[in-house]
Amino acid sequence: MAHDEVSGHDSAASDSSAVETSRAASTGTAVIASDVVNPGEPPHRKRVTDLDPKKAKHAQRTVYTLFYLSIAGSIFALAAYMAFPIEDGDIAAIRLNNLFIGVGSALALFGIGLGAVHWGKALMADKEGIDERHPIRGTQATRDRAVEIFHEADQESGFGRRTLIRNSLIGALVAFPLPGLVLFRGWAPQDEDPVELLSHTMWKKGSRLTLDPSGIPVKASDVTIGSVFHIIPEGLNERHDLLEQKAKAAVLLMRLNPDDLTISPGREDWSYDGIVAYSKICTHVGCPVALYEQQTHHLLCPCHQSTFDVTKECEVIFGPAKRPLPQLPIEVDSEGYLVARSDFNEPVGPSFWERS
Amino acid sequence: MARRSRKASRRHPLATVVLIAIGLVVTGGGYAAFSSTTTATADTEITSQAVIDEGEKLFAANCATCHGMSLEGTDDGPALIGVGAASVNFQVGTGRMPMAMQGPQAMQKPTQFTDEQTLALAAYVASISPGPAIPDESLLQADGDAANGGELFRINCAMCHNVAGAGGALTEGKYAPELTGVLATHIYEAMLTGPQNMPVFNDDNLTPEDKRDIITYLKYIENNPSPGGYELGALGPVAEGLFAWIFGLGAIIGLMVWLTAKSN
Repeated sequence: MAHDEVSGHDSAASDSSAVETSRAASTGTAVIASDVVNPGEPPHRKRVTDLDPKKAKHAQRTVYTLFYLSIAGSIFALAAYMAFPIEDGDIAAIRLNNLFIGVGSALALFGIGLGAVHWGKALMADKEGIDERHPIRGTQATRDRAVEIFHEADQESGFGRRTLIRNSLIGALVAFPLPGLVLFRGWAPQDEDPVELLSHTMWKKGSRLTLDPSGIPVKASDVTIGSVFHIIPEGLNERHDLLEQKAKAAVLLMRLNPDDLTISPGREDWSYDGIVAYSKICTHVGCPVALYEQQTHHLLCPCHQSTFDVTKECEVIFGPAKRPLPQLPIEVDSEGYLVARSDFNEPVGPSFWERS
Repeated sequence: MARRSRKASRRHPLATVVLIAIGLVVTGGGYAAFSSTTTATADTEITSQAVIDEGEKLFAANCATCHGMSLEGTDDGPALIGVGAASVNFQVGTGRMPMAMQGPQAMQKPTQFTDEQTLALAAYVASISPGPAIPDESLLQADGDAANGGELFRINCAMCHNVAGAGGALTEGKYAPELTGVLATHIYEAMLTGPQNMPVFNDDNLTPEDKRDIITYLKYIENNPSPGGYELGALGPVAEGLFAWIFGLGAIIGLMVWLTAKSN
């Protein structure tokens, strides 16, 4: 504050400020109220290490001890690497290996850092220096010259005059990023319509409902009331695109008391004796919805607490999801196994742009 | 003088310790002898009429108010038709039953009955309404395939109980409890019977061997330290974030203050 007087340019700060200032303050400095008496710098106070050679000796000892400690830390980390090797198949060994190498390295780095800072603060020359703050605005001459340079460059290059050259250059710059943008198309599956892929799963008429992960088909008689089965479509485990398909086709199979189910017209034959199958993919952002409460028949998504009511065809009763979970129509084949009647009748999972 | 006389009037300083030790040995030894004899006979007597009669008395006195004298259920409690011995052993053996009060879910609490009384209750209920039986000891030794158990646990259980079995929240005040420190019998019975809001995992869904593998996995992660270091309750980003923000950021702020402070 004491040095603001030296920057004596005519200033914008004085006329824009509500506080009346008697002198010019440079732009970029705070407004100075005239009624505040500048107390000046506090008197320089010498450090104990400057006054007492014993203390200085002590500080010196502390600094080199910290540096030696750092060396010890590095050696400790090296020793730990050899003493606690990561053995194949022994997961617990990773814990000790990481712990001791980490402790050694941390000690090594902290020793250097703390020692250097303590050295600087307690022992290096204790001289206070002041750097003046310069005004941000250049002089009028500099500003005029800058504008002049721009004009000169325009004249000499003919940028404003030769418009054909200028416009073709702008055109070239616009065209350059286009191939990059088009390359993003490569992220989507080739030769296939992404909308089509998002709209269908591998469920089809007659595919059996099988257990995740074993792929054992499930009989209707296996599913007792209160049960929940995690289901994948028959043949999923043999697919090369297993994960892509599972991400769409995962199903949760539950059996409720048939009297508890409210079934809307058109869905009468989608369930079998209280056994219902719903997509496990949340309609909000696609987390697996699988927290089923067998007494309240609530189905909770762990990510954002969307709650679906299984008795009411999985309508949303809480949370950010906007659509009910899609139901997989099921029936029983001649051998008593549960099979799909068709694919889901709507796209599973979260919304996407082209979803109708 | 006064000090000495007081000292002389007191017993030897170790007398209390010795007395307590003798008392503990006598009662502990007596209890051990008593309980070992009763469990030895329990196996043979489990279905005997005397045990069922004992269970019936306990049921009438402690359970019938809500579940009805003949297990038919009342407005306050569900019917127990078809529940079997496993369900009773789980509910009573973990202290969930008898319930202290109606609430979002029955809480685990200190058991109200001894093991023998619990088994008697289970035998009585199973004699009237047969259902899933208490699992065989051979499936509870946690000696199965922990890797298979881990995969099955992540598919069927982890969404509610947390991948490390630390438990988690459900809707409207209900929660899936922590699975560490739970007896293998109770884990097995919970899968088999689906207590309260937990779904049933019958033997067609998870075979007895699958259930044994899941128990093996749970006991493995309970008894082996986490390779990643201290788990902070295995609760994930909440606990870890809180630790990082308070202690990590706190340490950084502390260092900044020291760094910019003038040396004295």
